[in-house]
Amino acid sequence: MSAAPQRAKAGAEKMDVTVSAVVPLNDLVTRFEFKRTDGADFPPFSGGAHTVVTMQDGDRLRLNPYSLMSDPNDLSTYAISVRRDDQGRGGSLFMHNNVATGDAMTITYPVNLFSLDLRAKKHIFFAGGIGITPFLAMIGQLEQSNGNWELHYSVRSEALGSYVDMLTTKFPTKVHVYYDDQKQAIPLGDLLDGQPLGTHAYVCGPAGMINWVHSTAAGAGWPDDCVHSEEFLAPAPGAPFEVRLCKSDKTITVGENESLLEAIERAGIDAPFLCRGGSCGQCETDVVAAEGDFIHRDHWLDDADHASGRKIMPCVSRFVGAKLELDR
Amino acid sequence: MTIQFNDETFRDDYSFHNSPWAIKRFPFPFHEDSYMYSVNMEQHRGGPEGSVFEKRFDVDEHYVSEMRDRAIVLADDPLRCQSLPHMTLAGWDLLELIMVSKSEDYPDLFELHRDGNNWRWVNKPLGIDDSFVFMDETTLPYGPMEYITRQAQGDFCVLDQRDENLWMDAGIVTTQADWSLDFDIGMNFFEWHAPVPLAHEMGIFQRALKFLLNIPQGAPARRLNWTMTVNPLLDSSPENYHKWGIQKTTLTPENIGTKQHLRVELQTFFRLPRSNALVFPIRCYLCSFQDLMTIPKWGRRLHRVVRDLPEELATYKGFIDNRPMMLDYLSQFDDGHPTSLGVFPDLDTEPLLAK
Repeated sequence: MSAAPQRAKAGAEKMDVTVSAVVPLNDLVTRFEFKRTDGADFPPFSGGAHTVVTMQDGDRLRLNPYSLMSDPNDLSTYAISVRRDDQGRGGSLFMHNNVATGDAMTITYPVNLFSLDLRAKKHIFFAGGIGITPFLAMIGQLEQSNGNWELHYSVRSEALGSYVDMLTTKFPTKVHVYYDDQKQAIPLGDLLDGQPLGTHAYVCGPAGMINWVHSTAAGAGWPDDCVHSEEFLAPAPGAPFEVRLCKSDKTITVGENESLLEAIERAGIDAPFLCRGGSCGQCETDVVAAEGDFIHRDHWLDDADHASGRKIMPCVSRFVGAKLELDR
Repeated sequence: MTIQFNDETFRDDYSFHNSPWAIKRFPFPFHEDSYMYSVNMEQHRGGPEGSVFEKRFDVDEHYVSEMRDRAIVLADDPLRCQSLPHMTLAGWDLLELIMVSKSEDYPDLFELHRDGNNWRWVNKPLGIDDSFVFMDETTLPYGPMEYITRQAQGDFCVLDQRDENLWMDAGIVTTQADWSLDFDIGMNFFEWHAPVPLAHEMGIFQRALKFLLNIPQGAPARRLNWTMTVNPLLDSSPENYHKWGIQKTTLTPENIGTKQHLRVELQTFFRLPRSNALVFPIRCYLCSFQDLMTIPKWGRRLHRVVRDLPEELATYKGFIDNRPMMLDYLSQFDDGHPTSLGVFPDLDTEPLLAK
């Protein structure tokens, strides 16, 4: 059909926002709150959704995804909480060091790759550190509908326990906090053993924690479909490499601290994306020719795809070798 | 413009009819002189003024009569509307989407007044003025999905998204091209598409599912689909096949122009924000062959498409037996002249029939 030919830009719809508050929570985590610049309410969203924040960092355009952690019942404000990563590629440092109340920014409409399974009789949440953020919005959503949930939240120390006070005050019987520096650990085996039929488990945190929950649940006989996880991958730095983009007839070099997707965009090519974290599959790109090794880091392609050398997810994966040609 | 609503039927005496305005804006589905499956998706954000693509939910001269027909179908068979228990939130999402869209797109016909969760909805064509509490089912006469889709043309499938698949977990289906919600309820995307020939082998459904799973909030999509229906019948359901299937044998060379209808579905896809479900409205448009032939380009093209369609597709779409009679009729309107690309009539530039 060609009723009204339109060329869609890559990524979700964007909104202009103004930073309405910057709230440091502890040494590592700061909350950023946004209002819409046009004064309208934000679109409704579901717990677990993220937004992609555009950061103009000098010459460099950064697009980083962050979970929406504000209350889905309050659409006057969207909020994200950002953990400073001193060893990262600089997005979180930019937020911490350069973004102030009153700044104009652009964020995308919400995209949810980690939604609640609304069939669940009960939702049990496992959070590690900054992985608490999607659960804050999920809790807001479930409280609205009188949902059945509990949270098990592992933090390094009392000083670094973002939102612990708020959660334990509001939901003293539902929230359980575990402090690493007091040698406390989530009693995962016991918790997974005692849940009613129809319970769904959700985990967000470091990769090790996600794998631990999945493998423990599988060992306890939980169906895979009842265990949900989200891990945003940041693109890892790596050695620069050259790429030939066949459709665009361009050769580009991917720098040490940028992703392949960012390098493609820097060359002026509008490549598809949604999550920029290896999960959504939108940026999947066919490999035309390659001599070398792929460093696949995504959660989208399966092992056979990774082994085939025919596909790459440019948002998080890299390449080391003599030649790479992509169908882009 | 203010729409003049027809008083017409889609059953018994079949008094359904299209005005010249409705014929010209009919969503003719063939952009070239042949047809094969494709994932022919495009963004659903407007279209030419007056076209069926312009508004988020098109309202036309058939609105009031179509809603009357839906009420008859539901009274006879309540299972045409079902919503599994976890889909109520998606129902509220859909109610909000339709009320906001229609009140913004047709302010002379629909009004929505919101004060927090206290909402008032005015539907002038249907004479409805209801106040209710958003997200409180006890304040509406039906569940939220049924309430609003008794006031919206087209079928609605509300698809839950989980486990990298879509699930037919709610819907209202009374104007369908021979499929049953009651049969498909709870099925996933591959299960409910299982009867479609050829497309599975072509990998169409894997690609389509991947596209649909990634439809983001605020960026709806659309495509057209089509089939053939004898008599302007909205409810061509498997449940009632014993009533309408036999009508396919009543075509004659004399009545085919008025009885045979091209049935086009404008399918749209919207991400629902609170539930993360996907709603799939399927809006049915009917146009008789005789009315279609008033557009020279469509006459030429429809003949070529029907003539060259693979046998499997003509069988699946249910007109293989009537195809020879259709071609006898349609060939009168094909003078062999080339046609312009695209679906629109191009009345100013396409030549009149030369024979």
